[in-house]
Amino acid sequence: MTVGIVAFPGTNCEHDVGYALESFGATTVPVWHRETSLDGLEAVVLPGGFAHGDYLRTGAIARFSPVMAAVEKLAAEGRPVLGICNGFQVLCEAGLLPGALIANRDLRFICRPVQLRVESTDSILTRAAAVGQVLTIPLNSYEGNYVPGPDAPNTILRYCEPDGSITGRANPNGSSGSVAGIANQTGTIAGLMPHPERAIEDFMASTDGRVLLESFVASVESVGVSRA
Amino acid sequence: MPETLHRRLGMTDDEFQAVHQILGRPPEDPELAMYSVMWSEHCSYKSSRAHLGSLPTDAPWVVVGPGENAGVVDIGDGWLAALRIESHNHPSFVEPYQGAATGVGGILRDIFTMGARPVGLWNQIRFGDLADPHTRYLFNGVVAGIAGYGNAVGVPTLGGEVEFDPVYAGNPLVNVMCLGILRDDQLVLGTAGPPGTVAVLLGASTGRDGIGGASVLASAGFDEDAGAKRPSVQVGDPFEEKKLIEACLDLYERRLVVGVQDLGAAGLTCATSEPAARAGVGMDLNLDAVHLREAEMTAPEMLMSESQERMMAFVAPAQVDEVLEVAAKWEIEASVVGTVADGDRLRVYHNGAQVVDVPAASLTDEAPILRRPIARPDWLKDLWNLAEPAADVPFDVALLALLGDPALGDRSWVYEQFDHMLFLNTVHGPGRDGSLIRVRGTDKGLAVSTDGNGRLCQLDPRRGAERLVYEAALNVAVLGARPLAVVDNLNLGNPEKPEVMWQFTETLAGLGAACETLGVPIVGGNVSFYNETDGHDIFPTPVVGLLGLAEPIPVRPRQLEAGMAILLIGPAQSDNLAGSAYQRVVRGTLGGRPTRIDADEGGRSIELAIRIAHVVPGAVLHDVSQGGALIAAAELLVAAGVGGQVEVDSVPGAFGEDPHRFLCLVPSDRAAEVGQLAREEGCEVRDIGITGGSDISIVNQTTVEVPLARITAVWTDAIAAKMRGALHE
Repeated sequence: MTVGIVAFPGTNCEHDVGYALESFGATTVPVWHRETSLDGLEAVVLPGGFAHGDYLRTGAIARFSPVMAAVEKLAAEGRPVLGICNGFQVLCEAGLLPGALIANRDLRFICRPVQLRVESTDSILTRAAAVGQVLTIPLNSYEGNYVPGPDAPNTILRYCEPDGSITGRANPNGSSGSVAGIANQTGTIAGLMPHPERAIEDFMASTDGRVLLESFVASVESVGVSRA
Repeated sequence: MPETLHRRLGMTDDEFQAVHQILGRPPEDPELAMYSVMWSEHCSYKSSRAHLGSLPTDAPWVVVGPGENAGVVDIGDGWLAALRIESHNHPSFVEPYQGAATGVGGILRDIFTMGARPVGLWNQIRFGDLADPHTRYLFNGVVAGIAGYGNAVGVPTLGGEVEFDPVYAGNPLVNVMCLGILRDDQLVLGTAGPPGTVAVLLGASTGRDGIGGASVLASAGFDEDAGAKRPSVQVGDPFEEKKLIEACLDLYERRLVVGVQDLGAAGLTCATSEPAARAGVGMDLNLDAVHLREAEMTAPEMLMSESQERMMAFVAPAQVDEVLEVAAKWEIEASVVGTVADGDRLRVYHNGAQVVDVPAASLTDEAPILRRPIARPDWLKDLWNLAEPAADVPFDVALLALLGDPALGDRSWVYEQFDHMLFLNTVHGPGRDGSLIRVRGTDKGLAVSTDGNGRLCQLDPRRGAERLVYEAALNVAVLGARPLAVVDNLNLGNPEKPEVMWQFTETLAGLGAACETLGVPIVGGNVSFYNETDGHDIFPTPVVGLLGLAEPIPVRPRQLEAGMAILLIGPAQSDNLAGSAYQRVVRGTLGGRPTRIDADEGGRSIELAIRIAHVVPGAVLHDVSQGGALIAAAELLVAAGVGGQVEVDSVPGAFGEDPHRFLCLVPSDRAAEVGQLAREEGCEVRDIGITGGSDISIVNQTTVEVPLARITAVWTDAIAAKMRGALHE
């Protein structure tokens, strides 16, 4: 059960995500963006950072990195693909998830814990959570303002108040529909702006990221079982 | 006077003569360019060097002291910590975003040059009055520049300081400190190695940006033409730096380098002459091999360019190919530009011809050392004797004014723009007394506090500097950490004025004395002179960055709740308000002579704070500093959303800032335990209140109740409300 952690030049959360997933029992290997094959991997994560400096537009260069063809192939096989923050932006830019992420409403970088409401448990990221559950997870982005494509996305996480209500005040970056995380229709590809790996240990802002990463690891395991 | 080249480059006629004498002939233009940057105030410390030898720099745990790119200390279990602080004041005034951004980039290179991975940044930023639109523009740009570079380069910004005073309106201060960690066998020094060693230039191409940054910009004051200096500001590329960090750490891991020197101030000139001088060798530098950003650059331009994100690696000839392969893997450019030579000459070739032939060490070691005149300012006596107004405002009015002040209120508008969680080690991030990160794989934590206070130092630079050291030490102590090492950044006015030199020497004396009594070595520092505009000098503003070691990391304090005793620990507050926030915000004055530290009392308070942090579970500790004991208590209550009752005996009792004091909030049934510990350490404890309710009640002869919601609103708006719309100004 090996998860590939894809790093582009400028990615900076690859070690954090590897550390977090390993603490939940996954085996991870680093995957440099020039790799063209993901053979032997059950799943991949595209972690946060600033791939290729986020120059031109966030994710715009990364989608052309050699590894992305292999990521698309793995995704097409129905294996878990998770994008966190910059990784989510790359997945949108690559067309693996719908919509786009633009600059925050207030044109300022935001690094702070926010509340998220679980909207659907039918995804690799939320299967162990409960619909309506409120999670506190740090956000860390300048371009986190989600804009949907022509169709409504399969929303799995929304920004919310501590009591779970969806308000404009609780929407930190102006995302359409307060969207914080989405999945493809089958739930095998997921992306979110907040960083679940930053909410896993007692000294952190919360430990609510555990349920999301545990969901992901369980999803990877079940793929492994179905292939065995 | 004729406008000669050396004067245009910021050199005096005497300095030109000195170069002539060293070379035994008039210098060629490229040679003059090199001397002008290396002998600038910024690079040579010519006004300060004669005085810096007095500082305590030794301790058994010091691995590398001042003089290298960063100080390095041993934190045990095979780990070292590297630390350094720098200023980027002048570039940030001329171009706030790029000035601040490249300040971050520069300090990072100083740290990973030592073989360390940078793990944290702290910014100390000082501006004029936020009511002034230009100040808001500068503040917004500096914060955005720190965020834009620090976040993208992938190093968390864990804390810092923000201050506002009209004295900084024409010369804001932008200081930045960086901490790195490394295994003890990974240390790399800035040495060129033996003859035959190959110099490989890594990273960004060399362009015309930042030419004369060290000499023209950093080593002179400002007048109304400041904007014309914009071309001397460098432009940062955090993406290039991120790749450079990873490439260099990879090179160290593979043990491919003999030495490394970053290219910051004075660019190629510094990165060849300093390592050669340290190794006692010569060097041949071939400018034709340097990868350039623009064609047709002249030799002086290449030698003086301060293009960012460049490093010089010194490599054994057999390993050059592997170095180039590592560079290619990380997608950075690399050029073989030079060779270490026998002898002591630095020779530079351009278009196939030799254009420079100078003794390498003369650029570093023979820089002039100035003994500038020193005189105590005449105006100081008047400040000390300032008559204070007889009447004071009610306590609640003062409380709200202080908590609504941008330097004391909620600073999350600043630090929430910075990634402060990357690497998953942030136990205490920004917004507290100090920051604390865990060292993974050990039970250790590294705590950092950075402290400056220009107003205190204006009144008495020696006492002020002493206070800063003890304040920083107490700030890490309340996190459970023991002070380990200090770096300092001295921001001062024009050293050609004897009064400024007096402020400088007094500051040094204070720093040295306090570090001596505390037993903490100074492992690095920076002096930034010429912080003046139109002849007006800033307050002397030393900034102390103190590293502490927590072993183990104490259990994270419980959330504050109702029913906790508020204990004020340390010596009694005198009636002294000199240099306090109360004077600045409430009275609008600056005067008196600040309270001196008491090394014994200070040491006892530090010991007690460390002990309580480790042995009293649930204790919430907070240093008493700007705003005094009442503000310290209110800060904790507002952050926790819990009211409380606080007794104050007088205005100084409420708002005085005498040193060595901290608050300890514990469940009432544990107050006796804290009392016992305090007796053992010889510290005084006063029970000044209790938490609970929805007001902050200030108990004096009468009781004033201020709704917590109102205080919180004022506190929250301190910066955020003033910056609303600042983007569009």
